[in-house]
Amino acid sequence: MSTEAKKAPPAEKRNEKGAPGNNGESAPAKDLAATTPEIRRELLHSMMLQRRFEERCAEAYALGKIGGFCHLYIGQEAISAGVMSMIRPDDYVITAYRDHGQALARGVSPRSVMAELFGRDTGCSGGKGGSMHIFDAKTNFLGGHGIVGGHVPIAAGVGFAIKYRRGNQVCVCFFGEAAVNIGAFHEALNLASLWDLPVIFIIENNRYGMGTAISRSTANEDVLVRAKGYRMEGESVDGQDVFAVRECMARATERARKEKRPTLIEMRTYRFMGHSMSDAVSGTYRTKDELEENMKRDPILVLHNKIYESGELTEGEMHKIDDEAKAIAQDAWDFADASPEPPLEKLYTDVYADTTS
Amino acid sequence: MAVLTYRDALTQALREELQRDDRVFLMGEEVAQYNGAYKVSKGLLDEFGPMRIVDTPITELGFAGVGVGAAMVGLRPIVEFMTWNFALLALDEVVNAAAKMLYMSGGQFKMPMVFRGPNGAALQLSAQHSQAWESWLAHIPGLKVCTPGTPADAKGLLKSAIRDDNPVVFLEGEMLYNTKGEVPDGDHIVPLGVAEVKRQGDHCSVITHGKMVLVAMRVADDLAKEGINIDVVDLRTVRPIDVEAISRSVQKTNRAVVLEEGWEICGMGSQVVDFIQRECFDDLDAPVLRVHQEDVPMPYAKNLERAAKPDAGKTIAAIKKVMYLD
Repeated sequence: MSTEAKKAPPAEKRNEKGAPGNNGESAPAKDLAATTPEIRRELLHSMMLQRRFEERCAEAYALGKIGGFCHLYIGQEAISAGVMSMIRPDDYVITAYRDHGQALARGVSPRSVMAELFGRDTGCSGGKGGSMHIFDAKTNFLGGHGIVGGHVPIAAGVGFAIKYRRGNQVCVCFFGEAAVNIGAFHEALNLASLWDLPVIFIIENNRYGMGTAISRSTANEDVLVRAKGYRMEGESVDGQDVFAVRECMARATERARKEKRPTLIEMRTYRFMGHSMSDAVSGTYRTKDELEENMKRDPILVLHNKIYESGELTEGEMHKIDDEAKAIAQDAWDFADASPEPPLEKLYTDVYADTTS
Repeated sequence: MAVLTYRDALTQALREELQRDDRVFLMGEEVAQYNGAYKVSKGLLDEFGPMRIVDTPITELGFAGVGVGAAMVGLRPIVEFMTWNFALLALDEVVNAAAKMLYMSGGQFKMPMVFRGPNGAALQLSAQHSQAWESWLAHIPGLKVCTPGTPADAKGLLKSAIRDDNPVVFLEGEMLYNTKGEVPDGDHIVPLGVAEVKRQGDHCSVITHGKMVLVAMRVADDLAKEGINIDVVDLRTVRPIDVEAISRSVQKTNRAVVLEEGWEICGMGSQVVDFIQRECFDDLDAPVLRVHQEDVPMPYAKNLERAAKPDAGKTIAAIKKVMYLD
């Protein structure tokens, strides 16, 4: 089999056929997802913050301030910003190891995320988790999980707990398209549908599982057939367009809260960086041309252009948002850099909880 | 004190804890309508309803993960595996998720849950259904591992496990479910990590756990007739493990045999022997010997299966050897 990366069309050109369960744009969803100038500014701010923050992560990694695996989210920020803008503080979020952007979009403190990446005592997980294990109880951010697909049944369990307590929260679960081939994903989808659990499963289809293109990993590239297989509603959406993400989320959250039904969403996107910090951005499993073609649809640019063209945002205001994002990233860096390492006695804490019910 | 079967003692523990705390629920294959593959959950569906006694499809990885997720947000799941052989499919959730969640979240997310079911061999179920997993599971920091050998310990340890805020692996025995024993009345609790000397003796320590406790007691009876008195130390919990109880016994008898159901290499006995050599080096009058399953997958044929399993005969031979009587 050829290992040469096929030239793939940009994300928004793919999979335009009707997805199962997508009955088009319903008016309520459009209303729920409608944005005001303030919301649009917040979305842009969230995406800019993720971008500037992770650019500093790459820099810190090169300087040896961040170790281990470090998977950057750059290029996918419209998904995290759009999804988080459509859920409530009492909802739950769980994700895989490409988790910095989602944590920031959810409202986890940038300082505590950067300190975690630096392995410091002030990190959100006390310096014990690192890049792949961002946890934050305050924002119901349930991690940061490092085994592909392993957290998908956990999301079903959170949905089970919501149902058990007769709550009306939702649990949002992110994972990459490569996870759809692993058993945990299938077992979780079956249970979520069988038991009517309020879980929104989001496939961030960036088209590569590490260095393996979806065409080389997945017999049927239309990953949404897996929704049908489990009698679940499914949608495919342009993940580079934050407004499309919000509309799709409006439908999914309504379904979860009112019908108590799960949804599987494919968000078509593209990762602008390597799988982690150890692989070349292009040249091995994907071509430079393909990368450049996809970078034309940078989600920040897509949003910026829409707002800019409508005259809502001036060049000066855009710079101001960018400067704010850079300042927050710098502040997070300074905080992390000045924070102490965890004291050695913490090596032995948190192995066991010392309380009983 | 009532005489109960091991099975009924477990059912009592489940019922009492389900009554005590409405965050507790039981989930697994055939636990509800079928009343449990081994009838441990008999009657619980009628009493607590389908939201708390939950039948699952055959999807070990899936429902173990559901338990983890539910525990993460404050419920107290009891996940039943029809046998621990099937739990291998779910080990990612047990080992990578449940055992590590508290640590990798810097103490933010507790895992108050129990994974339970029968462990080890029954009769003629052959290789895939006859395995004792405690050494695998006890290896993992973050897990606690219970191996009750009597009805009283089954009840008391299960109640402790359900109330514990950590993920507890609870290993029962298919061959134990029908065994009978006295169980203290009332809210009988056995703390995790505390061994019990089930028989006092001065000549040799037999350190064991789980199903092998019954073998050790039979050996104690048999050898008593020959004037040999063994000290039977039932670990009851293999993580945390009661090193002091092991040391006390070996310092008294100066000889030890470690008896377990699993295989030799990296078995529980390897760890116990390591504790003994560190804590009791100067007390020993003989090398410590181990009795365990032969180093083969479990065969089906009756005679071969018998030969593969640890038993009273092998244990007596080991005791006599460390006493230089053979």
